[in-house]
Amino acid sequence: MSAEHPVAAVPGDQTRIHNIGYRTYDGPRLGRSYATRSLYSQSLRGAYGLGRSVKSKVLPMLLFVVMCVPAAIMVAVAVATKAKELPVDYTRYAIIMQAVISLYVASQAPQSVSRDLRFKTVPLYFSRPIETADYVRAKYAALASALFVLTAAPLLVLYVGALLAKLDFTDQTEGFGQGLVSVALLSLLFAGIGLVIASVTPRRGFGIAAVIAVLTISYGAVSTLQAIADAQNSTGAIPWIGLFSPVTLIDGVQSAFLGATSAFPGAVGPTHGEGAVYVLVVLGLIAACYGLLLRRYRKVGL
Amino acid sequence: MYDPTVARLTYRALLGRRRALILGALPLLLVAISVVVRALAGADDQTASDLLGGLALATMVPIIGVIAGTGAIGPEIDDGSVVYLLSKPLKRPTIIFTKLIVAIAVTMVFSALPTLVAGFILNGNGQQIAVAYTVAALVSSIAYAALFLLLGTVSRHAVVFGLVYALVWEALFGSLVPGARTLSVQQWSLAVAHKVAGGDLVTSDVGLTTATVLLVAVTVLATWYAGQKLRTLTLAGEE
Repeated sequence: MSAEHPVAAVPGDQTRIHNIGYRTYDGPRLGRSYATRSLYSQSLRGAYGLGRSVKSKVLPMLLFVVMCVPAAIMVAVAVATKAKELPVDYTRYAIIMQAVISLYVASQAPQSVSRDLRFKTVPLYFSRPIETADYVRAKYAALASALFVLTAAPLLVLYVGALLAKLDFTDQTEGFGQGLVSVALLSLLFAGIGLVIASVTPRRGFGIAAVIAVLTISYGAVSTLQAIADAQNSTGAIPWIGLFSPVTLIDGVQSAFLGATSAFPGAVGPTHGEGAVYVLVVLGLIAACYGLLLRRYRKVGL
Repeated sequence: MYDPTVARLTYRALLGRRRALILGALPLLLVAISVVVRALAGADDQTASDLLGGLALATMVPIIGVIAGTGAIGPEIDDGSVVYLLSKPLKRPTIIFTKLIVAIAVTMVFSALPTLVAGFILNGNGQQIAVAYTVAALVSSIAYAALFLLLGTVSRHAVVFGLVYALVWEALFGSLVPGARTLSVQQWSLAVAHKVAGGDLVTSDVGLTTATVLLVAVTVLATWYAGQKLRTLTLAGEE
């Protein structure tokens, strides 16, 4: 190692930069996929407050418990009364508990992305080997997984309980499978919508309110319009109105293809043809959310 | 009690930049929906009452109340810039009172006004429905703004708790457990609206006297306690 480098050639100038022995890193470099995986697992843990302060564990854990307790009660009732089937379908459960799911998305989506924007840590992530797409994919996957855990756990409780109560095995397994597919779609859709809205604002509180507003107001508006269409006997319009809110979209998909009874007024679910439109819209929305997030993070904090 | 500078700053924090647009989107949606409903279903008192009660009063007013109430003070406490405000020779209750006035005004403009417009679109104020729900929205704006402003000074997660109250307690429990309705701002304001409209379309589970007493009590107590909280505010670090 050379000891010193003269910087200025000005004669008589004593300014120098000394090599004080910093060593280069020659250990293993874990690379881009490792960084992405770490970001994913940290975001997923963060979505339940793990590795964060006690205060930030309270809300996600509370919502998780609130999500699972009704399922446990239903199982207990079904076992105690020796019922032939569970009081609620697997596919219906998430629709009933939609307020809790919406609150969870609204509280955790801004937690996941808004703070990175507010404290300007996004450029730090991008100074690592990860790319925009990796960041977006890791965050999206983490929130979707967290939502899937939230929505699938009560279904698991119901399923295990149903098997313990010696209900019909094939019947229950089929219902459980359909329920899992439906909540997987729901998780992807809700996570995408939540992240897109939250990534626009660096202010957490505003993000929460905006996500809730989009989810509940659209549902309120759509179900009001559907009720009016039902009262006007224009039942043909009901499925088409349902295309305009996330919850009714999932409801439509599962009642068209996953054997669920629709929560639409008059229980008029979409037909298979309309159901195909529902599936297309859901997949299109998920893709659009992903695309918007990519666009959002193309130029950020720089 | 009212400080114009604090008010101006709060207005800017609430409505500055693109926030006014987002806040304005909700009322626009309500008006758009009522136009669609009027075109589809024609003027019908029951429909108008359902839409205004279900969408405007039960969902929109609380959400705007949460945004305005917590937004008036929450972000400042959150990022610590409230110390610059607190270090000025202003009484803390004055700051709270000013912010409350601003929050009430914003909530009223963005929720009660569109309710009135939507009501007139839906059935041309038949049976006083539009006026009744507007009164309900005005009254509940005051109580919501005071409540959520208090929440903003008490907790960092004020928005979530406010939404839990508005959506889970009032909407979910209120529809399942009748007792929960007695402790609901929405029902109190409906009681006032019932008095205005007189008919059977706007009803409440709470008597007018109880409702008025509770409304005034909640507003005054929340404002007073928020002032007390602000007097002893400690700034915690970011988690």
